Amino acid sequence: MQIYLPIADLPVNIFLILGLGLAVGFLSGMFGIGGGFLMTPLLIFIGISPAVVVASVSPQIAASLFTGFLAHLRRGTIDFMLGGMLLIGGVAGTLGGVWIFTLLRSVDQLDLLIALSYVTLLGVVGVLMVTEGLRAISRARHGGRADLRRPGSHTWIHGLPLKMRFKRSRIYISVIPVWVIGLIIGLLGSILGIGGGFLLVPMLIYLLRVPTMTVIGTGMMLTLTTMVAATVLHAVANHLVDAVLALVLMVGGVIGAQFGVRIGQNMRGEWLRLLLGVLVLLVGLRFAVSLVLTPADPYSVRVVRTQ
Amino acid sequence: MTRRLALLATLLLALPAATVQPAAAERLVVSLSNHRVEITSNFTGADLVLFGTIEPNKGATTTYRGNYDLVVTVTGPQQTYRTRRKERVAGIFVNADSREFVKVPSYLAVLSNRPVKDITAPETLRRLQIGLDNYILTQRIGPDFADTVPDDPFRVAFVRLKKDQKLYTQSPTAVTFLTRTVYRAEIPLPADARTGTYNVDVKLFADGAMVAQTQTALEVIKTGFEQYVAEGAADYGFLYGLATILMALAIGWIASVMFRKD
Repeated sequence: MQIYLPIADLPVNIFLILGLGLAVGFLSGMFGIGGGFLMTPLLIFIGISPAVVVASVSPQIAASLFTGFLAHLRRGTIDFMLGGMLLIGGVAGTLGGVWIFTLLRSVDQLDLLIALSYVTLLGVVGVLMVTEGLRAISRARHGGRADLRRPGSHTWIHGLPLKMRFKRSRIYISVIPVWVIGLIIGLLGSILGIGGGFLLVPMLIYLLRVPTMTVIGTGMMLTLTTMVAATVLHAVANHLVDAVLALVLMVGGVIGAQFGVRIGQNMRGEWLRLLLGVLVLLVGLRFAVSLVLTPADPYSVRVVRTQ
Repeated sequence: MTRRLALLATLLLALPAATVQPAAAERLVVSLSNHRVEITSNFTGADLVLFGTIEPNKGATTTYRGNYDLVVTVTGPQQTYRTRRKERVAGIFVNADSREFVKVPSYLAVLSNRPVKDITAPETLRRLQIGLDNYILTQRIGPDFADTVPDDPFRVAFVRLKKDQKLYTQSPTAVTFLTRTVYRAEIPLPADARTGTYNVDVKLFADGAMVAQTQTALEVIKTGFEQYVAEGAADYGFLYGLATILMALAIGWIASVMFRKD
């Protein structure tokens, strides 16, 4: 059944989009990720304009994050103080990201930036995940215990001024790196159509020593807000948010996630990470190929103004 | 066929949109099957039909005995486009060069009863802007505005991409003469035709010379949910964004209630 996407200006098969939502939702439930870094590339690969995709996945990610956020809210595993500080950077980053997005779009280089960023980001993250996963598997084979990196040692980050005590997370740290992390997540999220949880969580754990108990919920507080801000700002600045596309993705994503969670609980953690790493690498590779190969049609047309 | 003829008969009786060309021996009478096209969400394109006759002008002394030729040019609302070309820079393909096509028709159909190059001389085609190759598509190259040669690579690519979208077409068979002086033309309108006024220009040729010309117009209006969404996004960005995110949060909340585990 074909539906017409009003902003993408494209007829698509509703079951294809619903299926994508289900599949990515399934993976996101399985791996405990938002799935934006898979959803955005897949939608670009099926031929929807990257600008529309980036703007339209933001509400979909927000929907799935809100479900998670509510669960953490009930469990009380959110550090509102830390989340609030992250938000300051996050909202500033989103504003900056949407501004860069609009600017690059006007000079026809947005698609290039999106592709290059994905190659870099997914390449680095994918390699890290695969090596880490392989190491963990070989450790498990040789009977060794998984190495739990203990937060404790101080780094240069702990020497920065403007220190603040975050009671819920039991950390005493400068707000500068907190703002910077929020800023990075906001920037990347609004330009690339990702929540950024897969980058944020390691940063919070390894750089700020946020305990595992509060890290996910607090991270969601930031990514949820940046996605809400990104949706509204993209709608105001570029009029590119396709609500129909977002709605179909949301429905698929929410349902898929529920199945994913169940499967994920029965799988070994290291295998899960290895699998995700391979997936991330494949998507990155696909972007790299599209940049290097001679395009089927070097020409493209874009509407500049409607008279 | 009978319905078509019945329709034709009513049209002929009504004689709408008649234009008088004082000097010529012939005048054109045309009417569209539909002056207002409503595009709904399940619209997959439509063929509009233009009917018309060739009438002798009052006081015309000479009568043409040969076969007439007819060219119908339909132009949609104007838009400005940018055609970009990817080139290899440092190993990767990037949009390197571009041309802006300023205020060109978003839709352009050139319909005739036989190939336009057989109807009249090349210079006449150029002067009257008949055919996709001869229609003036103004390009902006830096500060200058100009139409380039028909084989300019950016122009060729632009026309080809618009043809792929079925928004530019040229058909030497879309006009048929039912009798020597009664004709019909089919105007193909794709699903993503822009809303607005479409001008229909009809030119009559006899022996390679234009003997009559008339114009009419049609209106394309989009209705339905998709159009409502598209207009909302374009005109009320902030409210649209707000509504979208509220919908997202509502779905997230519903999922949270439905699949609550703790």
